[in-house]
Order: sequence, then C-alpha cells, then structure tokens
Amino acid sequence: MKLTEDQVRWVAHLARLDLSTPEITALTPQLAAIVDYVDQLAQLDTQGIEPLAHALPVHNVFREDEPKPSLTVAEALANAPRKLGDCYAVPAVMD
Amino acid sequence: MNLTQLPASALVSLLRRGEVSSRQLTQACLEACQSLDSKIGAFLHLDAEAVLTTADAIDARRVRGEPLGLLAGLPVAIKDNLCQKGVPTTCASKMLANFRPPYTAHVVERVAAEDGVPFGKTNLDEFAMGSSTENSAFQKTRNPWDLERIPGGSSGGSAAAVAGCLTPLSLGSDTGGSIRQPASLCGIVGLKPSYGRVSRYGLVAFASSLDQVGPFAHDVAGTALLLQTIAGHDRRDSTSVNQPVPDYMASLETPLAGLRVGVAREFFGPGLDSEVEQAVRNSLEVYRSLGATIVDVTLPTSPHAIATYYLVATAEASSNLARYDGVHYGHRTAEKTNLINLYCKSRGEGFGAEVKRRIMLGTYALSSGYIDAYYTKALKARRLILNDFNRIFASCDVLAGPTAPTAAFKLGEKASDPLSMYLSDIYTISCNLAGISGLSIPCGFTASGLPIGLQLQGPAMAEETVLRAARMHEKATAWHTHRPILL
Repeated sequence: MKLTEDQVRWVAHLARLDLSTPEITALTPQLAAIVDYVDQLAQLDTQGIEPLAHALPVHNVFREDEPKPSLTVAEALANAPRKLGDCYAVPAVMD
Repeated sequence: MNLTQLPASALVSLLRRGEVSSRQLTQACLEACQSLDSKIGAFLHLDAEAVLTTADAIDARRVRGEPLGLLAGLPVAIKDNLCQKGVPTTCASKMLANFRPPYTAHVVERVAAEDGVPFGKTNLDEFAMGSSTENSAFQKTRNPWDLERIPGGSSGGSAAAVAGCLTPLSLGSDTGGSIRQPASLCGIVGLKPSYGRVSRYGLVAFASSLDQVGPFAHDVAGTALLLQTIAGHDRRDSTSVNQPVPDYMASLETPLAGLRVGVAREFFGPGLDSEVEQAVRNSLEVYRSLGATIVDVTLPTSPHAIATYYLVATAEASSNLARYDGVHYGHRTAEKTNLINLYCKSRGEGFGAEVKRRIMLGTYALSSGYIDAYYTKALKARRLILNDFNRIFASCDVLAGPTAPTAAFKLGEKASDPLSMYLSDIYTISCNLAGISGLSIPCGFTASGLPIGLQLQGPAMAEETVLRAARMHEKATAWHTHRPILL
C-alpha cells in the first residue's frame, strides 16, 4: 500500500505537527519507503505470541503515599515560555 | 605521553597517589578542548570555571586526607540529554535551546557523589535520534580518526570527546546502539547496560522501554569504573532494578574459565564490510587461542529486528515527545494564534527533520486502523527476539559479532536516505529490544586507518561476564592503546 500526501497530512494533524507543503512533499516518499520496509513484519508468524511491551517482568511499582519535598512553583515555572502569576499562560480557549 | 592520552584506569591511580591533581588533569583536558574541539565539535557547552572549581574542591579534600570516591577527580563529559540542574540541557534541539533543568539526573548525581568532575555537555543527534550526530540542530561532530567522517551516533559527542582525548570518560545513552556504534566508529569502549541496571531519572526520554545510560572509556577498566559509579537502584525510576551491583573492577582481571562465545551466522550476511568481517573473525581466533569455545548459534528473528525497532521506538517517541507543547517548557511560536495552532506551530518550528519523521512514523503506527498491523505486531516480534536470546544464552555466555556493518562513513553520505541510516543499526538494536547487556571494544583498523569494533552481548544483568570477556580480548591485543594522529 502506498502512503499518500493526504494520509501524511492526517498523521501530522494527529501528531499536532505543523508541516509545510515542501516538508509534506519530501516526507511522503521517505515515510512510504520506511513503511514498505516495516511491512516485512507481516511475513513473520506471530500466531499465539503475546505482545512484549517491556523486556523486564515489572509491572506497577508502588511507594508509600507520603508527601515529600518537590519543585517549588517558581522552579516549575522557571522554563515556561509565558506565564501569568503562578500559572502557565495559553491563548484563550473559550470566548 | 600527554596526560590526556592516558586511560582513566591509569589516571585514577595517579590521582589517588597524589602524583597528579584533579586541577592539573582538568586543566589539561580544558587545554585539549581549546586546541582541538574547534575541529572535532564534541562539546555543546563547557564551563571552564565551574569544572575547575569542582576539581579544586576534590583536591582540597584529598589534601586534607579525606577519603575520595571511585572517580577521585576524573573529568566525565555528559551527553546533552542528561539533566544537570541549572546547566543548559538542549538534546541538540532548537526545542530545548534555552532549557535549564530544575533538577539533576541520577547518573550525574552519582558521578559527582563519587568525586568525578562533570565536564561539559556533549553533542548528539537531536533527541538521540540518529546514527551519525548529523541530526544535531547546532553543530556537526567529526570523527577524531578522520575529520571528514562522522563519529557515529547518537552519542557522537561523548564518543569523539574520549577518542579525541578531550576527557578520559563520558556518559552516553543507548536506545538502539547509540553508545556501542559510536564507540566502534571512534575506536573506544562503550557499554549499554541491561535495561533497569542504571536509573533513567533525568535522562530526557526518547523510547522509554529501550533507553539506558552507559559509559565510554579508552579501555575496559575505565568502562567498568564508570559503570560501577552509575549502576544501582533508584526509586525515582520505577523500571530501575533493585538488585545488588557486583564489584565489576574486582573480577575484571580474572579470565573466565571455559568461556563459550556464541557466533550468530545472521551477523555475517550481506551488507557486512569485508574488512570489518575479517577483524571480527580475527577476534574470534583470539578467543579460541585463549581457550574459549566458539559456539555456532542462530537468531532466526533477527532479519526483522530493524522493522520491529523502528516501530516500537518511534511509537514510544511520538508519545514521549507529545510533552513539547510550547506551554510548559521549550520553544513556543511567536505567532499569535489559538491553542491547537500554538501546539502545532511550536512543534513544527522546534523539531528538526529526523525527529519529525520519527514522530510521524510512530503516530502512524499507533493510529486507529494501523495499530494492530504495526505497533502490536512489532511487540509480538519483540517477544520472539527475546525468546531467541533466551535460547542462545543457554548454550553460550556471550555473543560476539560486529558492532556496526562498516567503519565510519563520510559526513553527508547517508543524510538524504533515512532508511539506509536506519540499516546501519542492524547489529545493535536487538540488544535494546531484549533488554540485555552489550558492549563494543576496539578490534582492529581498516586499511585506511579507521577503527573497527567488536560487539559482545550477554544476558540481562550479566555485565560482569561481558566486561571480563572483553578484558580477556583487550589483554591479548593492543587495539585500545592506539590514539588518533591529529593529537
């Protein structure tokens, strides 16, 4: 199956990634070649094989629910590109 | 020989005996950087005053007769995807050009706690995505053995800094070969620990089920020393394994009796350069001459490893990199726009081409209608890859083969063909998918003088075996004593 520019635009939308028209034009054949390559996995017999998300047999690791010192508000906001008082500032979401 | 050309193992003895001070050594490394790093381009950030202050504090304690930690004043360069509080940590991305972390990574804390001198931040492929360090948004790093060639990647800055004798030790990270491949291409030792052996706290996430931090050094002893420093449990990383850390240095000089070296026939297929193949076959003869048994093994799923890796790693990356939204930290577009466009524009402006490519591939593999055919299928292939390793490690102690299919290639050679760049990771990625340990040691040179690496892989948590096997090879050869001519 060949990947189309429209599909690439849709995936960019899902990824919240603004891509220019030249970027879409360049990316489409590159991604198509990579997708063609990974399509080889279809030939691998995985009947009855459990997916493995993680090499270690660890699941949830819990700790006691005790308050501990963490970043101050000022430290947490120090890298914010824009802030308002003690908050991160974003464009208005509602009118 | 110049101080900076000595291996960490020799320097640490000089430091302990007081024959060299940490300031002298750190100063020598700074001078090496001053004269050579304009050519090599290994460092993105290096604060001379700060490193000398740290070195002086360690020297003062030595003079007072206080006991010093494992590193005793050795400089350790840090890959720029490891956080250091208040110090620029850019991941070689425009996205994080102005980021100064509010906390320090576990491994950097460990280096400082053992009296190492955190020595600057090194260049990498943006967000550790690449095999040549050409994907850095800021600068190219060149291979000290041939300045027209790449140092490998993604930890190319850390590898070139050690190979170029700018620092005796450095830290890198390895998601699919990003420590072992540059170690191989730069003629040094680099180790990827087993998943969970080293805490990922403070390592900027690329693919969380694959990422590990590990050491670079000129020799196996230096590698063991830095692994000893950083290995161990940390409750701030829930995948950190709570098992005792062996004394890697204590056992290093003891050869492994009855060592069984596995050789997978899949490692010698098409695409392997003939000079690399010859050097690796010579290394197998070295092991045979030391009394080891060479065991023929097969990894039947390995032809699918690259496809598996580039689905799992990109899926995890697309999720991890969703945090860069132009709101909390990192680049924010200057355009006045609504919230969704703020995300899209900030990400479109902040990320480079390879990062975008991987976010796109990962998003595609996870998207509705494709997740079963791609992501879930890859996870099943991943289990088969792990099963292959479990089976072969019943019949051998370590698996030996090439680290990379070729020696260092030229800058720009693969830049326009992402798939061919991905294929250069063929021998290293399975190790990450299976969570096992692996290292690369120098095993020869091509006719044109480029280093070749031998990869040794061992079961999960078998770093001690891998290091001892590597030391047996090192002791019987002298490849690790070579230094580039430009020095």
